Amino acid sequence: MTAFILRRSLQSVFVLFVMSLLVFIGVNLVGNPVDMLINPEADQAEIERVIRDLGLDRPVTEQYWYFLVNAFQGDLGKSFVFGEPALKLIIQRMPATFELALFSLLIAIVFGIPLGIYAGLKPNSKISKTIMAGSILGFSMPTFWVGIILIMFFAVHLGWLPSTGRGELGTFLGVTSSIFTLDGLSHIFLPAFNLALFKLSSVIRLARAGTREIILQDYIKFARAKGLSESRVINVHLLKNILIPIVTVIGLEFGSLIAFSTVTETVFAWPGMGKLIIEAIYNLDRPIVVAYLMIIVFIFVTLNLVVDITYSFLDPRVRIKGEA
Amino acid sequence: MATTNPRNLSEQMPASGFKKFWADYSESPLAVAALIVFLTILFIAIFAPFISPTNPYDLATVDIMNSRLPPGSEDFSGNLFILGTDGAGRDMLSSIFYGLRVSLGVGAFSGLVALVFGAIMGLSAAYFGGRYETLVMRVVDIQLSFPSILMALVILAIFGKGVEKTIIALILVQWAYYARAARASALVEKNKEYVEAAKCLALSDRRIILSHITPNCMAPLIVVGTLQTAHAISLEATLSFLGLGLPITEPSLGLLIGNGFEFMYSGDYWISIFPGVALLITIVSINLVGDQLRDIFNPRLQR
Repeated sequence: MTAFILRRSLQSVFVLFVMSLLVFIGVNLVGNPVDMLINPEADQAEIERVIRDLGLDRPVTEQYWYFLVNAFQGDLGKSFVFGEPALKLIIQRMPATFELALFSLLIAIVFGIPLGIYAGLKPNSKISKTIMAGSILGFSMPTFWVGIILIMFFAVHLGWLPSTGRGELGTFLGVTSSIFTLDGLSHIFLPAFNLALFKLSSVIRLARAGTREIILQDYIKFARAKGLSESRVINVHLLKNILIPIVTVIGLEFGSLIAFSTVTETVFAWPGMGKLIIEAIYNLDRPIVVAYLMIIVFIFVTLNLVVDITYSFLDPRVRIKGEA
Repeated sequence: MATTNPRNLSEQMPASGFKKFWADYSESPLAVAALIVFLTILFIAIFAPFISPTNPYDLATVDIMNSRLPPGSEDFSGNLFILGTDGAGRDMLSSIFYGLRVSLGVGAFSGLVALVFGAIMGLSAAYFGGRYETLVMRVVDIQLSFPSILMALVILAIFGKGVEKTIIALILVQWAYYARAARASALVEKNKEYVEAAKCLALSDRRIILSHITPNCMAPLIVVGTLQTAHAISLEATLSFLGLGLPITEPSLGLLIGNGFEFMYSGDYWISIFPGVALLITIVSINLVGDQLRDIFNPRLQR
C-alpha cells in the first residue's frame, strides 16, 4: 500500500515537472513581449532596463532554472501587465472561481440526482423522455452559447437577474463569498447554472443508468417484500448505491469545472482566475499564463492522485494491478 | 432478426453490407431525421457560395446602412434579409452559410487527421506491445486526464491564433481519444486466428496492421470519429468565441456568435442567436447519428 502511494506520488511529481517544462518552453515562443509591453516612444535605455527587470535578456535555459527554483519558493514571476506577483493575482481570483465551481456542482447534484432517479424509475413516461432529451441538449449545447441565451432571456429580456460581476460579498464563519448575500446569490445564479448544465446532464445520465440497474437487484426486491415504504426504498437502498459512481465522476471532474469556468467567467464577466487567464493570453502576459497553468496542473494531478489512492483503498484489485 | 444464436449472426455477417446496415440504422426514425438534417447542413456548407443570397465578405455588396436590421426586413433596394443583418450590414443567413463551411471544414479536417494519427499510434501500440505501448498509453492517459478546453488553451497560448494553429490544437486535443479506441479494439483483434495466419505467411508487420487489423477496427473508430467531430466543432466555436481560435478573416459560427454578443444588451438578439442555433443543430444531428452508429456496432446490443 505504502509502495503504491509512493510510486503514484512520484509519478505525479514527474507529470508536474514535465508539464512545467512544456508550458515554460511553449510560452517562451509566444510573440515578443518586449514589443507588447514597452511604450513605443521609450528610448533605448528604458527598453533595456525593462528587459533586465523582466529577465528577458537571459538564455531560455537559465530563465527556466530560475523559474523552477522560484516556483518551489512560491514565486512564479511578476505579471507584465499588473506588475504584481502572478501567483498573488491568481490566488486573489481563486475564491471567486472555486465558489462558482462549487455552486455549480451543488446545482448539478441537487437537481441531477432526483431527475435521474425519476427517469430511471419511470423510463417510459413523458416526463422522463423530456428529461433525457434535455440531457442530450445539455451535452450538445456549447457552454458559451447557453450563457449568451441565459443573459439574453433572464437579464436583458426579463430583467430578473444581473448578468455581470460577482455582486455584494458576505462573510460567514470567516469565509467571504457571494452566496452569503441576496445580491451575491442573484449574481452567481446564472453563471453557476451555465457552468452546471454539462455536469447536470452527466449526473442525470449516471443516476438514471444506476437506478435502472439497481432497481432489479435482489436487495431492492427484498426491501420491497419486507413492506418498506417506497420512499425508504428509494431514499436509502437505491440512493446509497447509485451514489458510488456519481461521487467518483464528480470528484474526477471537479477540475474540468474549473477549466470550463474560463468560458463562463468570460461570458458573465465573473472576476475569477479563468477570466484572468484568457486576458493574459490576449496580452501575452507570460508569467500569469505559466502560473495559471502550473496551478491548474497541480490541482488536476492532486485530484487524480487522491481519487486513485481512495480507489485503491476501496478496491484492492487496482492496488495489485498497480504493483504488478 | 430476433435470434441470438451466435452461429446465425456470423453467417449473416458476410452478406450484411450496406442493406443490413441501413435496415439497422433506420430502426430509429430520430436517427434517420438527424442524418437527413446533417446531410442538408453538409450540402449547405459545401455549396455555400452558390446558394447564399449574398456574399457577406464581398465589401462591394455590403452596405453599412443596413447594419443591425431585424429578421425579415428589406433594404431600400428591396433585398430581403430573412435572418436580419449584423453590425456591419452583412446578411446573417449568408454569414451562417459561410460560417458552417468554416466550422465543418475545420472540424472535419482536424478530426480526420487526428483519426489517422491516433489510429496509427493506438494500433501500433497494441500490436507491438512492450515499452512502446506503455509509453504511448501513458501519454494518452496523461492527456485525457486534462479537459480538452484546457489542452486547447495551452496550445493556443503557445502557438497564437490562426487557422492552422487552431487545427493543430484540435488535432493534438483529439488524437488521444482515437488512440485509446484503436488500441482497445486492436488488442482484441490481434489475438484472433486470421492475424496468426497472416503472421505464418510471414507478411510484414505494416501489412498485417494496415490491411488485416485496421479494417476490423474501423467500426469503433467511426463511432468515436463521429462524436469527436461534433466535439471538435463545439470546441472550435468556443475558442473562436473567446477570440483565441480562428481569425476574423475566417469567420466560423463561434466568431459570428462572439460578434453578436456585444449587440445583445441592446436587444439585437438575432446576431448571436441564429448562428448559435445553426451550431446547435449541427452538433445535435452529428451526435444523434453517432449514438445510432454506436448502437448498431455495439456487439452487446446486437439484435
